[in-house]
Amino acid sequence: MRSSTFILLCTVVAAFVFAAIRWVGNDYLFVAGYVVLQFIVLATAWNILGGYTGYVNFGSAAFFALGAYSSIFFNKAFPLPVPLLIVIGGVVSGIVGLGMGYLTLRLRGAFFAIGTLALAIVLQTLVTNWRYVGGARGAYVIRPGEIEFLGPYSQYLFLLMLALAVIALSIARGIERSQLGYGFATIRDDELAAEASGVPTLRLKLIATTISGGLMGMAGAPFPYYLGYVQPSAAFGLEYAVNSIAMPMIGGTTSWVGPLIGAILLATLQQWATVTISSELGVLIVGVLLVSFVILAPKGIVGLVEGWRRKKAGS
Amino acid sequence: MTAPLLEISGLGKRFGGFVALDGINLAVAEGERVGLIGPNGSGKSTLVNCICGTLVNESGTVRFNGESLAGLKAHERTHRGLARSFQLPRPFTSLTVAGNLRVPMVYTVNARPGTHLSAADIDARCAELLRLVGLDNKATHLPRDLTQVEMRKLELARALAAEPKLLIADEAMAGLSQAEVNDIVGLLINFNERGITIILIEHIMRAVMSFSQRLVVLVSGKKIADGTPDVVIQDPEVERAYLGQ
Repeated sequence: MRSSTFILLCTVVAAFVFAAIRWVGNDYLFVAGYVVLQFIVLATAWNILGGYTGYVNFGSAAFFALGAYSSIFFNKAFPLPVPLLIVIGGVVSGIVGLGMGYLTLRLRGAFFAIGTLALAIVLQTLVTNWRYVGGARGAYVIRPGEIEFLGPYSQYLFLLMLALAVIALSIARGIERSQLGYGFATIRDDELAAEASGVPTLRLKLIATTISGGLMGMAGAPFPYYLGYVQPSAAFGLEYAVNSIAMPMIGGTTSWVGPLIGAILLATLQQWATVTISSELGVLIVGVLLVSFVILAPKGIVGLVEGWRRKKAGS
Repeated sequence: MTAPLLEISGLGKRFGGFVALDGINLAVAEGERVGLIGPNGSGKSTLVNCICGTLVNESGTVRFNGESLAGLKAHERTHRGLARSFQLPRPFTSLTVAGNLRVPMVYTVNARPGTHLSAADIDARCAELLRLVGLDNKATHLPRDLTQVEMRKLELARALAAEPKLLIADEAMAGLSQAEVNDIVGLLINFNERGITIILIEHIMRAVMSFSQRLVVLVSGKKIADGTPDVVIQDPEVERAYLGQ
């Protein structure tokens, strides 16, 4: 399938999802759906670095929060419409991703992961002590209740996140099928051999951290408008770091489908558990699923399905 | 006489207090087949890593094709025509055998100014290379399906796919049977006849002797002999290094 066909198909599916939820008429579905979509973007973004090149980023929350806090900053300094804030959040996080890549990509394996974790802590400390954006107390964002043509604001945010999800998935799939994705795979398999074959590994890794960080920032930018109130411990929450790793791992990291499946599955489960039982159970579900998948199906759901297919074709 | 293809002068590398390479001088002419031998830990692989840019040498210079390689990264050196195979095969495990060969074509051959291979060209070259090394029936397999000797062949074919001027084969035959060793030596000589200069690092003396036109011996980071194989192996210093006093 060509990329343009894929984008068109994604858009049609997205439009269908939006129409279906509107038809159901329950506004809560938009609120819950927003979270699921946000995690599709985060998981897909994480996978561009973590799945394609094999560099595990524990600092997803930092990029997400950077997007959120760049919105807070602009909301106070120079109010702009949310779509523009998403672009700004993406640029800010993309630049930080590039910087982080430059500083840490000489590290490998666990050292890189620890480096990204450290980045998250440093940024959280900075934001907590920056009074202009609310410091430790947090910041309020007054959002309009309604928006022209659409109605409730939650639907507007849902639609924006839906568009972001389509963009993120299209980028991920595009990378996968391009020369870039081919280069990423060689880095994941064997970096030394990749260099020896002429792959400019550092440059490719920097491209990956920039795109991955940028998409995470875009996912975080509408967050203050979604909640109406943001504090550092929420924006830098552990759930973002953990979920954006767990979802691709459970879905499967080698293709764009994995993070999509993982995010839909986990985020929906979490939303359901949060509403019906308790939010702590949502975290427990992620933990249990992640451990069982890492042990039983290290290639995730996509890997399982491929395995079955191969067996079927073989027998 | 024309300038050598590879010219190493005064190359030094230390790891902490350990001197791995100590003032190595070596020149390799275009089209030559050079064997590089030395006991374990004598600095052979370190020398390869310094030539290829995996390690950075502290002193001395490496010139390739008339150009200094100082400050160039490994992939940039590959782009300039310097390819290597690894001591332990390092295939790209998630790519097929043919996919492995495509990497240097896409990232090295196509990165050179003035060359652009189309997808069809790449496919054709992959098929040709696979035929050359005898892996044509494994093109769509993953590297994990290959035997040891096939893995070595893939390693060499991938290095060759970058269309190098100089190929450094780092112990391409360790652990192989006699027939397999002959197989690989035959391949390397075939590569050489196609105009590729080759440095072979090897422990298996029979292979080195039948392959090399010139033999270089490293002991404890120093070059102790350099000459025709027959003369070098009779050198008392070489004998002492290998067999003890």
